[in-house]
Amino acid sequence: MNIIVPVKQVPDLVEELEINDEGTDLERDMLKYRMNEWDESALEEALQLKELHGGTITVLTVVSGDADVDEMLYTCVAKGADRVVKVVGDFEEQHDSHTTARALAAAMRDMPCDLVLTGVQAADDLDGQVGVLLATFLDLPHISVVSGIEVDAAARTATVHQEYAGGIMATFEVDLPAVLGVQASRAVPRYAPVSRVRQAMKTARIEEIEVGVAVGSGATVRRMFKPEAASHAEMLEGEPEEIVERVIEILRERGVWRV
Amino acid sequence: MSMAEHDVFVIAEHLEGRLSEVTFEMLGKARQLAGASGGRVVAVLLGHNVSTLAARLGAADLVFTVDDAALAAFNPERAVQELKALLSKEQPMLTMIASTSMGMDLAAALSAALDWPLIAYCSDVQAQDGKIVATSQIYGGKIAVEAESQGAHTIISVLAGVFPAAEGQADKVPTVQSVPAAATSAGRVRFKGLTVPEAGDVDITREALLVSVGRGIGSKDNIGLVEELAEALGAALCASRPIIDSGWLPKQRQVGKSGLTVKPKLYLAVGISGAPEHLQGMKDAELIIAINSDAGAPIFEVADYGIVGDLFDIVPLLSERLVEVRA
Amino acid sequence: MAVDPERIHEKEVAIVEGIDISGHWNRMFEQRVIWDYGTSMLDQVTAIEGAESLGNCYQCGKCTPVCPVDHVGDYSPRKIFRKTQLGTNLLESPDLWLCTTCMNCLRVCPKEVNMINIMPAVREQAVLQGNAPTELSQAFENTFRYGNPLGEPARKRADWTKDAGVPVPILAQIRRPVDVLWFVECYPAYHPRGKDAARGLARIFHVLGVDYGILGVEEKCSCDSQRLAGEKGLFEMHTEHNIKMFSKYQFNTLVTADPHALNAFKKEYPKYGGNYHVLHYTQFLAPMVERIPFKKALPYRVTFHDPCYLGRHNGEYEAPRRLLEAIPGITLTEMARCKANGYCCGGGGGGMWLDGFSRGHMSERLSERRVREAVSTGADVLAVCCPYEISRFEDAVKSTGNEGKLIVRDIIELIDESMRG
Repeated sequence: MNIIVPVKQVPDLVEELEINDEGTDLERDMLKYRMNEWDESALEEALQLKELHGGTITVLTVVSGDADVDEMLYTCVAKGADRVVKVVGDFEEQHDSHTTARALAAAMRDMPCDLVLTGVQAADDLDGQVGVLLATFLDLPHISVVSGIEVDAAARTATVHQEYAGGIMATFEVDLPAVLGVQASRAVPRYAPVSRVRQAMKTARIEEIEVGVAVGSGATVRRMFKPEAASHAEMLEGEPEEIVERVIEILRERGVWRV
Repeated sequence: MSMAEHDVFVIAEHLEGRLSEVTFEMLGKARQLAGASGGRVVAVLLGHNVSTLAARLGAADLVFTVDDAALAAFNPERAVQELKALLSKEQPMLTMIASTSMGMDLAAALSAALDWPLIAYCSDVQAQDGKIVATSQIYGGKIAVEAESQGAHTIISVLAGVFPAAEGQADKVPTVQSVPAAATSAGRVRFKGLTVPEAGDVDITREALLVSVGRGIGSKDNIGLVEELAEALGAALCASRPIIDSGWLPKQRQVGKSGLTVKPKLYLAVGISGAPEHLQGMKDAELIIAINSDAGAPIFEVADYGIVGDLFDIVPLLSERLVEVRA
Repeated sequence: MAVDPERIHEKEVAIVEGIDISGHWNRMFEQRVIWDYGTSMLDQVTAIEGAESLGNCYQCGKCTPVCPVDHVGDYSPRKIFRKTQLGTNLLESPDLWLCTTCMNCLRVCPKEVNMINIMPAVREQAVLQGNAPTELSQAFENTFRYGNPLGEPARKRADWTKDAGVPVPILAQIRRPVDVLWFVECYPAYHPRGKDAARGLARIFHVLGVDYGILGVEEKCSCDSQRLAGEKGLFEMHTEHNIKMFSKYQFNTLVTADPHALNAFKKEYPKYGGNYHVLHYTQFLAPMVERIPFKKALPYRVTFHDPCYLGRHNGEYEAPRRLLEAIPGITLTEMARCKANGYCCGGGGGGMWLDGFSRGHMSERLSERRVREAVSTGADVLAVCCPYEISRFEDAVKSTGNEGKLIVRDIIELIDESMRG
């Protein structure tokens, strides 16, 4: 089974995010990047399906500007991806989901594909989710917010669960090839031991595919800013013991807890 | 100039025979926008035997219904086909879709299919000088973006819980226009059934006191700490998405966009940062107390009281004191 | 273990020299054949490079009473050997993760069964197979991504210096040779209580006129504990990085407050080409203790906890005591398990990131057991000099209900307190 896993890097939210001087983007010099956590789940699902059904996993990522994606791709190899591919071209510095999806679609044109697994969303999806855009450009069926994937390789179908609020789930059967937006993998995304990553750095090959696509999402950023809090909590200070007493007092005052 | 050039379309969302709250929230906002643009508010309802639901959409000037057995349950492929046909015919100025599980399959697909700009995760939208300008919340709610659509027709996906639902509810009966289904062939996506979780587990939407745990708890083995706190308080335990995704608590305990919306008397958030998807599920709680080691965590913007500290110091102490005081 | 009835021999009638001794008491079990117990599991472990010495064990049991985990559970190298011999797969057993590599076992083992080599070797295989506890691999992930196991942003590694009250020279800024390169390490740089000690040491260095510099954001975790927990690749990556950083600067002595970093620098770095004169801060300060301007007497009854990686692993028991004895007003009292027989706090060998996991396998934490011991000496201060210990013991003071009876202080903090007057 040929599984394609498009992934991307996003700014790591552990860092404090600052806005650039122009006020239209993040201050990128200070940023640390990490693989989109939903893409990590998608890759984990791909690895689990490969263990069950055999096949190859191809990881794709779209590169723009000087973004360094190599370490991320080697980590994917260390986890068990068979091919890792950089999609390059004349893209703007910080590409949007539409450009990314177009570039992926162009790169995937000649790739054998039974299933596309990608994270359901990413933290910087200002103009929508890449997986769904990609599916539409490729004219493939798509289902988002997926957990629980079962593949019937012989029948060329997959049975998936789409999650709604409150634990309600819809079950769909979809013809393959299809694009699934993964919400959660069946197991916690595996850890890639550093020795494996370093070995991948020495022995694995990162392929490159060059494409030319239209750039832009049709919307422009007028202003990027940190939202002003409409209000803010009253902060409780002091030693833990003092804070705990204060909390109990508050609970009593508000009639929440009658003791 | 088509009639719809100033229209605001709202894609209604429903599940298990009930319209979702966010549908009314979008209708209310659409009323405001259409009032300014001089266009109509048009609701679009896909489903089967939907006349009862359609009647509740009185805040709209017009309701298009596509009533077909194949649309009885939500089907991403069919829904996109129907909406694409309808929207490309009507060409509205703005189409509003909920930023929910169902909405995710619709908004981006329509944007790609119709080549209309999409602005996602919107907490506000306005028409300025004939252009749609939306405010989007990204990066876990830490950053806001004001984006301007460059197209004549725009799609936005709207965060649930941002606009007041009351504005979108009206007693009047709307004008309903039935539209024949566009798709005829069997699709590549087939609905197989709906699973509703068993009753028997706690219904957190009915609990007065909730202790909610987030990523800050670190590992499954530490969940015991918040279980003790919940017990000491007489509260039920719930959680944010990462905890549920990791399987540490069952799905019925999830609070947030893809979980449940709760309005308890007390919501004690432990180790939760407060991404918008979570906030929308709990911000209307009467009393919100949050514990987080990060002073900049967005949860502190909706909380009434905040504690910047180590939950591993505070939580056991609080449990202990509560038990002592009770005794 | 039930014996196959076919292997029980019992004569119905037994008459020996005319005397009838028939009866059940003449039952005899067939001699057990040692090859009934396959040694394949044991062989699998001893075949791993570094884990060979597990096979040396001859079950004398001297390790069991000195193993800190046995006091709160059922554990020792002898027990691990026996279980493995009987077929337990150590690579999938929780036993693999409970050892803190404190080395008390090796100290007494007549056959040199070396857990300090065995544990990292076997754990490395488990990590490669994807069998490490999630809590632990999260710490690995954080270290890989951020250069520290706490998951704090790398570029904030020198932020602690801002509130030190004295200037803290950063080598990339001062760009000159120094006498001492002070390797701060992760917990002193990021953990609130670690930062207290870091700032204290900066003040002590300042007062003594020590010519030093720190790497600041160029520093990455020495990863000695991660190495012992099975992530050798991560250790090597950081070792290469740190050696590269060291080679940028000129210094005479490498000083650190972290015994785990000390251990890496002394024992492992030479294997990668990094040869330095390395001292723990207590070893560095002890010779100049006369010069420390103590102002205030501290009327504390202090008991000192020997860090495993300063004491047993690197042979230093006296320097910390010299410092404590020099502080006016302090009375030093020893716990029964001290110096070479010190009782581990539970943080080493990855233990720092396995507390959630261990809870299911121990009656209480090692740090809680140790705090009880400290309290029983009548001391009011538990003095430490390893950054893992301060938070572990402070948590344990609370969880054992000893708040108000015992406070935990790094030796630096006591010196600083006395110096400040």
